Amino acid sequence: MIDALVLTILMTSVPLILAATGELVVERSGVLNLGLEGMMLMGAVSAFALTYISGSLLVGLLAGIISGCLTAAIFGFFVLGLATNQVATGLALTIFGTGLSGLIGSDFVGKAIEGLPTLFPETFSNLPIIGVFFALDAVAYLSLFIVFLVWIFLFKSKYGLILRACGISHNSAHSLGYKVLTVRWCSILFGGMMAGLGGAYLPLMLTPHWSEGMTSGRGWIALALVVFASWMPSRIIYGAILFGAITIMQLAGQARGWTIPPQFLSSLPYIATIFVLVLISSKGTAKYLAPSDLTRPFISSK
Amino acid sequence: MFYLTPRKEISLFFTISIPVISILLTIIFGFFIFSVLGYDPGKALYHFFMSPLSRLDKIADLFVKACPLMIIGTGLVLCFRANIWNIGAEGQLIMGAVFAGGLALSFSETQSLWLLPAMAIFSFIGGALWALFPALLKIKLRTNEILVTLMLTYVASLFLDWLVRGPWRSPTSFGFPLTKYYPDVGLISKIYFPGIGNISQLHWGVFVAILICLLCWFAMEKTVFGFQIKLIGDSPQALRFSGFNESKTTIALFIISGGLAGLAGMIEVSANIGQLQPNISFGYGFTAIIVAFLARLNPAAVIISGLLIALIEVGGDSAQIALAIPKVVTGVFKGILLFFLLAGETLTKYEIGFNYHQKSSLND
Repeated sequence: MIDALVLTILMTSVPLILAATGELVVERSGVLNLGLEGMMLMGAVSAFALTYISGSLLVGLLAGIISGCLTAAIFGFFVLGLATNQVATGLALTIFGTGLSGLIGSDFVGKAIEGLPTLFPETFSNLPIIGVFFALDAVAYLSLFIVFLVWIFLFKSKYGLILRACGISHNSAHSLGYKVLTVRWCSILFGGMMAGLGGAYLPLMLTPHWSEGMTSGRGWIALALVVFASWMPSRIIYGAILFGAITIMQLAGQARGWTIPPQFLSSLPYIATIFVLVLISSKGTAKYLAPSDLTRPFISSK
Repeated sequence: MFYLTPRKEISLFFTISIPVISILLTIIFGFFIFSVLGYDPGKALYHFFMSPLSRLDKIADLFVKACPLMIIGTGLVLCFRANIWNIGAEGQLIMGAVFAGGLALSFSETQSLWLLPAMAIFSFIGGALWALFPALLKIKLRTNEILVTLMLTYVASLFLDWLVRGPWRSPTSFGFPLTKYYPDVGLISKIYFPGIGNISQLHWGVFVAILICLLCWFAMEKTVFGFQIKLIGDSPQALRFSGFNESKTTIALFIISGGLAGLAGMIEVSANIGQLQPNISFGYGFTAIIVAFLARLNPAAVIISGLLIALIEVGGDSAQIALAIPKVVTGVFKGILLFFLLAGETLTKYEIGFNYHQKSSLND
């Protein structure tokens, strides 16, 4: 019973880890993409549709990644190419993505697919206590590996340093000869791929079907997670598991017949998000750790 | 590759033509989308944009649909103008409806004509309180208001769901999640035109909505408060130097926009539904964001932009009924329209130049 619970918590946190890690890189480069929800939904619907049509999960996952990336490219075109307001453009991306994914997915409502298999053979997952950590699928392990890679990239490599410089002061980075817009383009596209993969995980693993707006606010929670993690990759994992646990509490509560109304348990992740934001901002760390050129468009003179 | 240079003057031509061009481009995009999806684009566009304008009663329906969009949109214009991102109007709308509904349900036998004005005030308070929380967090702790207002929207919607399924459910609803009907004095009546009678569902709330937009325009353009709003948005430093209190203005803006969203919720329920149910809004709070931008952040222009967006909404229904086009396509239209509007914003502020030869002057 406990094993099953831990497993569900870990699986619920995977899409959050993926989407938040992508967004963290985007924000580190000085861009705020509020369109996470839209990109995740596009990833989810593409992954489900192509898995259903092709019968191959790999094709589905790739479709999720690619469509997340393409959706992010729309955002990049407006925000970087035309220096539009990042907050409003992100909202537009969410509205657009929610609509388009619903339109694409309307033919796939009510259809079912087979989810991702576990990576390790059953003998491992049957081990006492530690077994649950071998019972996950490949994407879940990949998500942890990606967090590690992003950390190495951001803090141990030259390119990571350039990326962070663009987020802290794009004018300084520009004066030093770095291509601010190219750096931001790359990070936005990476963020889109991660959000697409995170979205793809929902219909392929968590609930093996497609329904309109199935992310139900996970994109926004992932955005809050980036603040929670104070822009440090490793902290995203703790945050995501915490949110996974809170989300799962409602299911556990229903299963055990708690007398608390289900609506209250369902609202816990959202209340927790507010709580966490308050906690982080009351410590005052968010102010200092946020990339200082976040949401400022970069416009170079000729 | 292209580059941007700031314009010295913002031309009037752009100010007016950008919304028009954005709408035309969205229609062209719609043509393309419908063709790809295999619908007859001509027919689809007719149902989307012409059919809602074909009869007087359908035009009245546009006004009814635009009513909440105008009220919320004009409040959001004030916020956005000051660079404050209250995007949780949907939740504030729900809380306004809940507060007004609570009052109407507690006095379900009353005949007093004071009920309706009291409900309006209650709904304003409900919406304002729901917006006050993120406002206080923003000014005291600098908590990001976008995320907090959004999270509160989910909470409000679950709260309403619990109310109508639990404590407020009518004993005679046969188990459906519905409250009792409001007393007649708690309903908003339809406008009676001498000689014609009622035109479809056109109600007095629409009149109130237009009045509110004009009032907000007056406040923005002709009062010191409006000047402060513009100052926060354009130059917060100048605001501090001039001795205005930024926090007070911020709180006032949250209260106004939240309160108006709450009022919109009360009007929507009292005019069209007459009781509370799990879904009382169809994303009006989010759609109003686009309405605000389409109005180019002018509180009075919200009247026109609210009607235009209502056209897309009503057109979406009409296309769904006539051609079985999924209703979500309106979301695609709204998203694209917002993209074009934002791009247009750039065109008014900057000149776009193109570079084909010199690699050294690329824009990065």
